[in-house]
Amino acid sequence: MEPHVVIAAVSILTAGLTIGIGVIGPSLGEARAAASALEAIARQPDESNTITRTLFVSLAMIESTAIYCFVVSMILIFANPFWTAVLPKAGG
Amino acid sequence: MEITPDTHIIFTVAGIAVSATVVWTWVVMALLVAASIAMTRNLTSDFAPSRWQNFLEALIGETQRQIAEVSHHDPGPYLPFVGTLFVFIATSNLLIVFPGYEPPTASLSTTAALALCVLVAVPIYGIVESGLWRYLKNYMEPTVFMLPFNVIGEISRTIALAVRLYGNAMSGVVLAGILISIAPFLFPVVLKLLDLLIGFIQAYIFSVLAMVYIASALRARRGNAASSPDAQPSSATNESKKGA
Repeated sequence: MEPHVVIAAVSILTAGLTIGIGVIGPSLGEARAAASALEAIARQPDESNTITRTLFVSLAMIESTAIYCFVVSMILIFANPFWTAVLPKAGG
Repeated sequence: MEITPDTHIIFTVAGIAVSATVVWTWVVMALLVAASIAMTRNLTSDFAPSRWQNFLEALIGETQRQIAEVSHHDPGPYLPFVGTLFVFIATSNLLIVFPGYEPPTASLSTTAALALCVLVAVPIYGIVESGLWRYLKNYMEPTVFMLPFNVIGEISRTIALAVRLYGNAMSGVVLAGILISIAPFLFPVVLKLLDLLIGFIQAYIFSVLAMVYIASALRARRGNAASSPDAQPSSATNESKKGA
């Protein structure tokens, strides 16, 4: 196979794996955080403002690991540095 | 599809290509400056201030309250920096309601610049608060062997700050593009609504994290003040959580 075909195949496969595997941990974490926040609100409805704010912040913090995976997979597909290095040679 | 507005060149001045990021950053800045000038032109201390003054007072008051809550310090010196970060990021994320607008935060250059501002501001605030030597000693806590890890932590959290904001703003743009091509009518609008919420939360998180990092640089002085009567026990536990 030509090098750019290999790079494209590996990049697409890796991008899918990256986002697929990388999302597992954050989704479990977000589910736990949301469940505990709901439990806490049910127990102390007066504190729901503070709990909701903390929940949003922590959700965004947990989510950021998934966002890193997303950024990596987007770079692999749309802005792959190896792809652009090989492409002029292959196309020329 | 583009994953950054950097590659979208709008016009060229004297051989320098001006990308959409720069143009929209300047639009946001001009908007903020013009709005600030217009809103602060006739401030009153009447019982019935204008609605814009009311809005400004609510914004500033809430920002001060949040800063004081996070840092347990007087919000005065940190309000300009953290508040500006929040207002700039929130504005550039919320303007996506206008068609044709490309949020400058969807470019890694903008978010990296903002994160670098935080990286520079943290030691400045720390040194002003506790002095050069005591601030540097903060890096050697608990032992001198932790020095490289503290430095690495400083760098990695800056990268995380930049990539988090970039990823969230960029994912909104990319997802909208993908959804327009597969489900054109209603669904992208719903997703844009979610993007507004996410953009606002990300602005909040960016500024809260900047404040947390600044507060951790102020810890050097607080370590000595722990035995003083004004140090509440709850603040100590909060700080240990944030340091983790």
